[in-house]
Amino acid sequence: MSLKIRKNIPLIDQHDKNFMYGGKFGGNFIPETLKKPIDDLTKLFEKLRRDKKFLKDRDNYFKNYVGAPTPFIKLENLTDHLGGAQIYAKVVSEANGGAHKIYNATVHCLIAKKAGKKYIVGDTGAGYAGKMLSMAAKKFGLKCKIFMGAKDIKRQRPNVEAMRKNGAEIVPVTTGSQTLVDAVSECMRYWVSNCDTTHMCVGSTVGPNIFIKICAWSTAQISRELIKQVKEEFGKIPEKLKLINCVGGGSSAAGFWNEFMETSAQFIGVEAGGPRNSKLHAAPLTNGSKIGILHGAAQYVIQDSEGQIGSTESISAGLDYPGISPLHCFLKDTKRARYTSASDEEALKAYQLVSKLENISPSLEPSHAFAEAIRLAPKLSSSEIIIVNSCGDSLKDKDIIKQKLGSYIR
Amino acid sequence: MKSKISEAFNNCKKEKRPALITYTVAGDDTKNNSLKILNKISKHADILELGFAHNTPIADGGQIQGSSYRALKNGIKLKDVFQIVKSFKKKYPNKPIILMGYFNLIYQVGENNFLNNCKSSGVDGLIIVDLPYPENKNFANKCKKKSINFIQLLSPTTSKDRMKKIIKDSHDMIYYISMLSTTGGKLKVSPKKILQNYNKIKRINPKKNLVIGFGITNKTIKSLKSADGLVVGSMLCKTITNSLKMRQNPVTKLDKVVYNLKRQII
Repeated sequence: MSLKIRKNIPLIDQHDKNFMYGGKFGGNFIPETLKKPIDDLTKLFEKLRRDKKFLKDRDNYFKNYVGAPTPFIKLENLTDHLGGAQIYAKVVSEANGGAHKIYNATVHCLIAKKAGKKYIVGDTGAGYAGKMLSMAAKKFGLKCKIFMGAKDIKRQRPNVEAMRKNGAEIVPVTTGSQTLVDAVSECMRYWVSNCDTTHMCVGSTVGPNIFIKICAWSTAQISRELIKQVKEEFGKIPEKLKLINCVGGGSSAAGFWNEFMETSAQFIGVEAGGPRNSKLHAAPLTNGSKIGILHGAAQYVIQDSEGQIGSTESISAGLDYPGISPLHCFLKDTKRARYTSASDEEALKAYQLVSKLENISPSLEPSHAFAEAIRLAPKLSSSEIIIVNSCGDSLKDKDIIKQKLGSYIR
Repeated sequence: MKSKISEAFNNCKKEKRPALITYTVAGDDTKNNSLKILNKISKHADILELGFAHNTPIADGGQIQGSSYRALKNGIKLKDVFQIVKSFKKKYPNKPIILMGYFNLIYQVGENNFLNNCKSSGVDGLIIVDLPYPENKNFANKCKKKSINFIQLLSPTTSKDRMKKIIKDSHDMIYYISMLSTTGGKLKVSPKKILQNYNKIKRINPKKNLVIGFGITNKTIKSLKSADGLVVGSMLCKTITNSLKMRQNPVTKLDKVVYNLKRQII
């Protein structure tokens, strides 16, 4: 039986009674202790997303605090340089804080307030989810704790400093690979122990179903803006349109594509291929990983034959995750989206080229998406449109880029 | 026919004491040692829980994570876990063994395959940390058909309605999580409060064997001895960690610790 996406139903709601997409992705594989907090949060969110006052609040914060809409620009120089498809960028990195993670963080803080919680905890890889959560928590008067892998704390220094400035407590996670996967585990463990007083924000479209929903519902703002901007620019949605987005957990891609689900736009997700010639990668969809359970949800995940979660490696901390959102597993199996990967080297080159030619400077995560755009554009005619979600700013990667390329330009 | 788990509880009730239930991780610190540990402590413990290690455990605290890490580092595989159970059961066929772990390992090998291995090695029960009710109904039924106990968990966050449903569908043993915590947390609720909750659950169906776990050590076990059973896990994992640090034999160390735990509840 082939999987199908249903029409006129938001993607996040296309699950069965066990919260599984396509009968096999997602669900709630959680300890008993979390059943009630997750049920409570599920009920609260279902109520709030239908509450006009709440939606108005959200829109106000998105407009006045996050800064909506973020720019939609043509990358003239890159287009000329590559000679092929017309390349555009949705510059989500212009949002307050410098990345799309602000949408999910803001919504979680709004929900935490409604739930009467005073504490909020979250995980972070690249540090953006943590930075934004600490920012929003400060704004909404919530005490904030961020779990971050010790390896990531070292390699994403600017974001760590920002979190400290916002008054968040950063908990270094020293188990396992000391990256995002361990930070999410540790954050969940903390929530198991403190779910009576504390709200948890999962930083991407991963984890138990409700966190996938809240996150994708929040980042959908990106495509709500974009679909208007595209119609203004072209008068309609172009027939040959490709929307290219990096995917780690998959939150920015889910938001970037959402409003285009029922259009003819092609979706391309770019995973982290890791260092060239290395066996390690963070690309479960591209490399045909098997379905397994990670952080409470069934998904394609890098693992060994026994079910032990595999190690990953990527220059981009935000994509360095062995799993992938159940939403993207569903989009892959329904063939609505296509997934590929870019290596560390390709991402660095893409960062360099875009930063040199254009006024934007993508972080290493969207540089993976730009790498795919750079590969594709010359093969396409000028009637084709490529839009890349530039969902993060390179500033946070200054140290890594300097070390790898010798110099940093922005 | 009564299950070995039921029999173990009945024997304890005759002696007017709670069942002592231990948890150790298969392969900690080696395959051989973990088997030796089971052999030794089975003299004192009534039911043995044996963890099959997973490297992304979302409900375990530092001690059990440490034990799992050692076991995995030593290359423990599911087939070794079953081998350990088989060897143990050859010597002590009547001592119940419960495997405890995360669902992904079962998912990968296949539910039926996993249960067949449980059956042929002599596993008496299963605790799957991340397969809650009602999602576990299907799997729990499969277990029942093979006369393997699927042990449901209850927590302080479980609502009364939900408890009733879970208890109704439960097999011979139910596990009450004492507090909001991962395994091995410090007992942050008073034993009195824990027993109050415990008795409330017990009243729903007094016939069911209800055990308490999480945060139980030699310091707290005595105060909870009116329960049907008490689980000690992290403290045992910590004992292994410490004896390795001190270059002592973890097997003899653990034997002593479990003996002392038992003494406090008889």
